[in-house]
Amino acid sequence: MIAVEGVHKSFGTNHVLKGIGLQVPEGGVTALIGPSGSGKSTLLRCVNLLEVPEAGRIRIGDSDLHFSTTTKVSARAMLGLRRKTGMVFQSFQLFPHRTAVENVMEGLVTVQGWTSDRARDRAVELLDKVGMSAKADAWPSTLSGGQQQRVAIARALAQSPDVLLCDEPTSALDPQLASEVVDVLLQLARDGTTMVMATHDLRLAAAIATNVVFLDSGEIAEAAPSEQFFSDPQDPRTRRFIYR
Amino acid sequence: MVDSLPSLFWACLQFTVPLTLLSFFLGLAVGFLAAVARLFGPRPLSIFVRFYVWLIRGTPLLVQLFLIFYGLPSVGIVLDAFTAALIGFTLNVGAYSSEIVRAVLLAIPRGQWEAAYSIGMTWRQAMRRTVVPQAIRIAVPPLSNTFISLVKDTSLAAAITVPELFRAGQRIVATTYEPLIIYIEVAIFYLAVSSVLSALQTRLEHRLSRHDGHAEVAR
Repeated sequence: MIAVEGVHKSFGTNHVLKGIGLQVPEGGVTALIGPSGSGKSTLLRCVNLLEVPEAGRIRIGDSDLHFSTTTKVSARAMLGLRRKTGMVFQSFQLFPHRTAVENVMEGLVTVQGWTSDRARDRAVELLDKVGMSAKADAWPSTLSGGQQQRVAIARALAQSPDVLLCDEPTSALDPQLASEVVDVLLQLARDGTTMVMATHDLRLAAAIATNVVFLDSGEIAEAAPSEQFFSDPQDPRTRRFIYR
Repeated sequence: MVDSLPSLFWACLQFTVPLTLLSFFLGLAVGFLAAVARLFGPRPLSIFVRFYVWLIRGTPLLVQLFLIFYGLPSVGIVLDAFTAALIGFTLNVGAYSSEIVRAVLLAIPRGQWEAAYSIGMTWRQAMRRTVVPQAIRIAVPPLSNTFISLVKDTSLAAAITVPELFRAGQRIVATTYEPLIIYIEVAIFYLAVSSVLSALQTRLEHRLSRHDGHAEVAR
């Protein structure tokens, strides 16, 4: 169970998230859509605490953290919550000094303390799942963007997170390379991977999401099951965004 | 003069090389800690580090060495010449390398920290496994500069009586009256040591760039 309640986040005087509440059903894909600057990436980054909210509550499984300006949440508690998540970035962010398979092994070895042999087996299995096992020993700089993103997905899944957070996973890719990433994400969705995905790509959202949340200026304008959202949007802002 | 070569060689091997290596690696450790303190430490610590760097960079190395060796005994701290030189050079390398380390740590994109955090790493793990290995690679050329300067700067230790290469040359000149030849020999020794270091730098850079790849990078 993943829940976000009353989350506020500001950067300086810019109030980016204005009390967001959200329930993420397990085994489904929740798409966060909205225009640029609507706060969808910030919201996603609040879920794994790359951004720490000023106020609100984030709950993943038995990690339940309350944020306020008066109390300080311990680094250990934040790490505990973050370790229940995996994240895929718009710009991939593979570790350039490690090969594809080493990228996937990294968390297993460093964070989980697995032996390198055991981690390698698991990593190769995951690379196989994203169609990258043939490139296991390649350096990231020799891979295409689509290939890098697929390795990044394997890396994010390595520690079996409760939820996979995807921040504009296809935005840095041209359509052909994006489609190979979409195929992988679709397969994960079919396998029941819980995902939250920030995207401005409506086609990606329509193809993958079970639920859609539309953000506008740091507030949720509309949240609905995917089919209903795209066939019968209620909020005028949503309509404008979908039918533009 | 051929019979001067063994004593120059020994001075180089016994004092110049150990002084260079020890003060470089100790200085690098000081520089790393100073850079981390300045970037991530509490404010008083960061101010202290800035003061240290300001002090060392703003005063001549020779004056620093004299203060340590000839000045400190007045307050009851008596050091032998080699130790005094080692402390002086270490502090010097520490100040200069901290600026280099600070710059290369800042050069690692924020996204790499975030990627490390996203797989559950702590700050220390992110630093050790992700940031430092990438920073080392960018740091090699400027740190090699510091290293090679240091080889030559160790000649200043002669002024506080460390019997290193240059002082050994001075001694031989005092008895042979052959300054031209002897000092050319001394220069050649310095040149040899710094050339070896340059060659090592090239090899190290080559080794560290192995992950650059050669295939076309598609988007």
